[in-house]
Amino acid sequence: MKSGSTLEKILEAGHFAFTGELGPPRGANIEALKKKAQPLKGMVDSVNITDNQTAVVRMSSWAASLFAMTEGLEPNYQMVCRDRNRLAMQADILGAYAHGIRNMLCLSGDHQQFGDHPQSKGVFDIDSMQLIQMVKNMRDEGQFLNGQEIDEPPKLFIGAAANPFAEPFEWRIYRLAKKIQAGADFIQTQCIYNMEKMREWVKRANDMGLTEKVYILAGVTPMKSLGMARYMKAKVPGMDVPDYVIDRLKGVDKKKQADEGIQMACEQIAEFKEMKGVAGVHLMAIEWEHRVPEIAERAGMLPRPEV
Amino acid sequence: MIVAERKPFDEIKELIKGYKKVLTVGCGTCVAVCLTGGEKEVGVLNAELKLSQQASAEQTIFGEATVQRQCDMEFLAEIDDMVKDYDALLSMACGAGIQFLAERFPEIPVFPAVNTTFIGVNKDVGWYEERCKACGNCVLGMTAGICPVTMCAKSLFNGPCGGTNQESCEINKDQPCAWFMIYERLALQGRLDNIIEFCPPNDWRNQKPQTLIQPGYEERKTSA
Ligand code: SF4
Ligand code: SF4
Repeated sequence: MKSGSTLEKILEAGHFAFTGELGPPRGANIEALKKKAQPLKGMVDSVNITDNQTAVVRMSSWAASLFAMTEGLEPNYQMVCRDRNRLAMQADILGAYAHGIRNMLCLSGDHQQFGDHPQSKGVFDIDSMQLIQMVKNMRDEGQFLNGQEIDEPPKLFIGAAANPFAEPFEWRIYRLAKKIQAGADFIQTQCIYNMEKMREWVKRANDMGLTEKVYILAGVTPMKSLGMARYMKAKVPGMDVPDYVIDRLKGVDKKKQADEGIQMACEQIAEFKEMKGVAGVHLMAIEWEHRVPEIAERAGMLPRPEV
Repeated sequence: MIVAERKPFDEIKELIKGYKKVLTVGCGTCVAVCLTGGEKEVGVLNAELKLSQQASAEQTIFGEATVQRQCDMEFLAEIDDMVKDYDALLSMACGAGIQFLAERFPEIPVFPAVNTTFIGVNKDVGWYEERCKACGNCVLGMTAGICPVTMCAKSLFNGPCGGTNQESCEINKDQPCAWFMIYERLALQGRLDNIIEFCPPNDWRNQKPQTLIQPGYEERKTSA
């Protein structure tokens, strides 16, 4: 065991993992955080706690991770390269680990231009690839980035993101390989709607032997409405929403679109369960935490295995 | 070259408010090429300043001078005599030139008439684009001559990120994704191996003021 986290144990045992997501509050409102956390309990193996997602200020991800723990959830602590230099990153990693955090997801982060402080200076001292390797060396070599020894190294289960769709498509698989080489233990993908491309990407990962070295969790976000689908297609960077997704939502009554969105997500999950090389699903039900129990139930993900 | 753009007119006026005799100093090199702070632009700015005072009680005397390079004391020496007659200097050079002008004439307030924006190229007349952030540790050899620090909005060394939109950067459809271009050009040259390997964290050498002394000139510095 690298970290002994529940997520790691689930994956090691060969169970199909199921992870969720929780955005910290835009303030110090702990009650709001608890309310969002409640429906996730017992439904997922680990919950991603986002780090100033979309470059909007929120409660820090490590602090919100600690609250998630007191609510009985296992956090997957996210960290982006936009807001911290290498000193701050390593310091936060030590603190997070000392407080019992065991999973971490290493990301570049959305550009600050999209957020609520577009005048800010983006840090980007190191990139997500370098962050992965830094966390791995902290864990496995017990060394800081500068090579100096760590007194009690943090043992984290290291996650990374992958976008199977962004151009150049040919290159995406090499970038996945590079993340594995840097030290990623698990991958959570971008929200998937284009299943053809996903199948192709996973097939290539299988062919290159990558899926034997890393656990791939397929990203799923149920569409709440036709409007959301259109927005995702047009506005969200790196998102690939094929027309058939839009058409299917168009085909149902407005009141039934949310239900149809969940149905589509469940069909995707069913396929992922059978797809060789996919080790689990990462459910990003953005501002829809209260629907997670229903989705988990309908997708046949319950009960979660005890490990 | 170094590219600059003129500050908004009202900001310039505000900066020099209250001074009776202002010398506008242009620079004949980079800022002249990018049509911001050369002899011609000095003339235009002064004409605008004079015009704006026509109907007001304030009557400033505006002088003009353009030296070949404000970032060089030798050229600044040419205006030593002239400067004595003024109580403020308005520089149209880049940030480096403005500072050297201020260093040359420490008793006289110096104000910037331009915002220095970037090190860039001349795409066409009047059209400039940034290309280098002077990181101090050039990796262009690895990246097929496309700067990841400058041209990638997140300064990634192991790109592209997941936000690439077809061939554009996530920040803007009109901004090409640097890493997409790097990939394409390396593929063209058969050098993709360059970026299959992990690229370690950069040594940011531009985080403190820098000095460069070419070999053979060290003594001058120590004796100065
Ligand atoms: S790598 Fe550094 S020195 Fe080279 S072009 Fe980019 S910013 Fe300039
Ligand atoms: S889209 Fe391309 S250029 Fe823009 S931040 Fe990502 S890798 Fe860099």
